[in-house]
Amino acid sequence: MDLRFAVQLGIIGLTFFMLINASAVLVLAERKIMGFMQQRYGPYLVGPHGMLQPLADIVKLLFKEELRPKAADKWLFNLAPILSVAAAFTAFATVPWGAETTFFGLLDDPVSLGVADLNVGVLVIFAVTSMGVYGIVLAGWASNSKYSLLGGLRASAQMISYELSYATALAAVILLAGSLSVREVVDAQSGYWLGFIPRWYVFLQPVGFIIYVIAGVAETNRAPFDFPEAEQELVAGYNTEYSAVRFALFPQAEYINMATMSAVATDLYLGGWHGPFLEQYGLGWLWFLMKVGLILFTYIWVRWTVPRYRYDQLMNFGWKWLFPAAVINLIVTAALVLYFNA
Amino acid sequence: MDGWLGVLIMLVLGVGFAAVMIGLSVLLGPKNPTPEKLAPYECGMPAVGDARERHSVKFYLVAMIFLLFDIEIAFLYPWAVALRDLGWPGLMQIVTFFMILSVGYLYVWRKGALDWAPAARARNALRRGPRKAA
Repeated sequence: MDLRFAVQLGIIGLTFFMLINASAVLVLAERKIMGFMQQRYGPYLVGPHGMLQPLADIVKLLFKEELRPKAADKWLFNLAPILSVAAAFTAFATVPWGAETTFFGLLDDPVSLGVADLNVGVLVIFAVTSMGVYGIVLAGWASNSKYSLLGGLRASAQMISYELSYATALAAVILLAGSLSVREVVDAQSGYWLGFIPRWYVFLQPVGFIIYVIAGVAETNRAPFDFPEAEQELVAGYNTEYSAVRFALFPQAEYINMATMSAVATDLYLGGWHGPFLEQYGLGWLWFLMKVGLILFTYIWVRWTVPRYRYDQLMNFGWKWLFPAAVINLIVTAALVLYFNA
Repeated sequence: MDGWLGVLIMLVLGVGFAAVMIGLSVLLGPKNPTPEKLAPYECGMPAVGDARERHSVKFYLVAMIFLLFDIEIAFLYPWAVALRDLGWPGLMQIVTFFMILSVGYLYVWRKGALDWAPAARARNALRRGPRKAA
């Protein structure tokens, strides 16, 4: 157990801890932003300006009664939230959130700020995100209630439909970078054109970025695509029979998925931790946090601004508009790359 | 430490966190099960049958079609990474691959497997007139 290994374990632990905090903070942020958009304050009483509200929520949920319907499948009923949360955490493991650093000379070799530095990172992101679908399908199936089953099936059909566009948009990015490693994609975005325009892929791939964001929002069952949780139609969809902590783990997995989508968008399209001034002091991760925060705010903003899609409109859009657009984007990008010999 | 060990540690931490939370809740929460609480939810009335009945085949179709196009994308990734070495001939080859698969995509589209609203097809059929036997 040398120092470098200990430091890497520390970074993993820090990332895990930050993810748990992120899901709690996002709950509060969503309720506050929702409140302000609706001309009211949101949670205000618990702690200064309502900042301890997530803590109160968690404590309340821990002390609630855990119900399991008699007809439900015991093992699968318990396994579903665990699977959702595990997939959500593991997806974030592939995302580097800072440049390589030696911690001001403390270590001999630089260690990368991020849980794992995989050379097939983009593929692993795609793979683990697909595993998240299992949690929802299992929840719907195991509950043995018609509402849950329908909700679970619709959710999984929606998620897999938008995964095609998601993967194709990412394929265009790795085409530009020539590598599957997320760190190399970020490093390919360092530097500036004309001295002041950063070389982010969002400028080279505007259509691809929009496709990615839309597919990401649909993947995480958020914003206008949150049909699985549509209270008016399906009660709580796959969540109907869950109570207390098992219920809370599903929204937590959803918020961590949101954070992962934002982090991946930041790394692959918005230049990750590159930005003026802060990088030379080893504070590139601050830029990363700011960009991720911006995308998360946009997530919440969109949710409370636009109405929800109808399910067949949602599926039509995913299969007949978004997927062909992503494929055309990919072919055109490839042709342009070859034409300019980039 | 190879990157994969980090992924495994995160996975174990995630599973452990969820299991600990569920365990805590089972320990700390009250346990007063009544028949009403244990019954599955069906808008306030007693449930009619369980959920293990037949459901629409559309979901199965969507999954099958997703599988086909997912394999296509799996072939796409190595090509995308190696594009600069493959050059224009590589682009032509992948376009041919896409053309072949897009024939299947168009077939699926026209046959209505991607339609989730039969009303749209019925409306179009009314406009187009009676369909000849396919």
